[in-house]
Amino acid sequence: MSGGTSLWVYLASTPLLWLAVTLTAYALAYRLFLASGMRPIVNPVVIAAGAIIALLLVTGTGYDTYFDGAQFVHFLLGPAIVALAVPLFDQARRIRRVLLPMAVALVAGSITAIVSTVGIAWALGASRETLLSLAPKSVTTPIAMGISERIGGLPSLTAAFVLITGITGAIVATPFLNALGFRDWRARGFAVGIAAHGLGMARAFQVNELAGIFAAIAMALNGIVTSIAVPLLVPLLF
Amino acid sequence: MGGRTLIEALAALLVFQLAGEFLVAWSGLPVPGPVLGMLFLLVFLAALRRVPGDIGPVAQTLLRHLSLLFVPAAVGVIVHVERIEAEWLPILAALIGSTVLTIAVTAAVFRLVVRLTGGDDDRQEEMVP
Repeated sequence: MSGGTSLWVYLASTPLLWLAVTLTAYALAYRLFLASGMRPIVNPVVIAAGAIIALLLVTGTGYDTYFDGAQFVHFLLGPAIVALAVPLFDQARRIRRVLLPMAVALVAGSITAIVSTVGIAWALGASRETLLSLAPKSVTTPIAMGISERIGGLPSLTAAFVLITGITGAIVATPFLNALGFRDWRARGFAVGIAAHGLGMARAFQVNELAGIFAAIAMALNGIVTSIAVPLLVPLLF
Repeated sequence: MGGRTLIEALAALLVFQLAGEFLVAWSGLPVPGPVLGMLFLLVFLAALRRVPGDIGPVAQTLLRHLSLLFVPAAVGVIVHVERIEAEWLPILAALIGSTVLTIAVTAAVFRLVVRLTGGDDDRQEEMVP
């Protein structure tokens, strides 16, 4: 028994354990996703993260210990964003044809995201710290955390909101856009990228490459617009 | 993918990211380093007019498994469970309501401007019913 316990203590402190757990949990979650016929509700990120959170709670492991191992996966986000240049280059002709629709939808979507988040939470009585942390929720984590810090929110709370937003977008986008009757992959991808950043983009790439590319452009542009718009809009809303 | 060009492609992605991070640290621009790295790689590809070596397959592999890369950050929600429990109604209503509204507004405005500017000639953009 004490041999087993010390073996666990040893393994739990190495990065290998939590790296292996992260990949295994995702691989199993992805199998479930495929087995369901790629239904958006069977989101592999939600299932994998949920299973890992349960495991951390059961074993009494802190997030810092977990992240020591998982950081190797997390690190690849940077090169993956750089890699987006390849599909952008391949599709440059199609993108150039819709520059004006992209520009107008970008501004409309960005402002809708900021004002509606803060408005709904304020109407339902959220605290001031929560409101400020919510404002940049539709942009990718590093940008959102930077904005949150600048306006007096809690950056790590903003990171949690960004994730819930991304997961919501990844789950609702397909059925919701179908229900509204949008069939243009460019509009669908762009909308998901504005509303739900990288997780929305990852979902869009699962569905259709063109949608994924437009989601990637939307995510990058919204990061820039939101970092200008939030510090201007938030003082007007309070 | 050949072994040598595979490593060259990975090195290229990291070097472009490094260049992006460097410019952000130096200039204080409110944009993440990898986004600038993406712009640099795009300019590089446009100058070459093609995607050299294994950059294409490596990029495709990374992007196909993009969801996996968000798992470690998603587990981070565990740190804020207490506040989210205490204010769950305004938080979830705001996040879900705003996400749905933003998707609808963005898609509708995009389609409206496409139709107004008459840019709807390519049927390939549409999903198969």
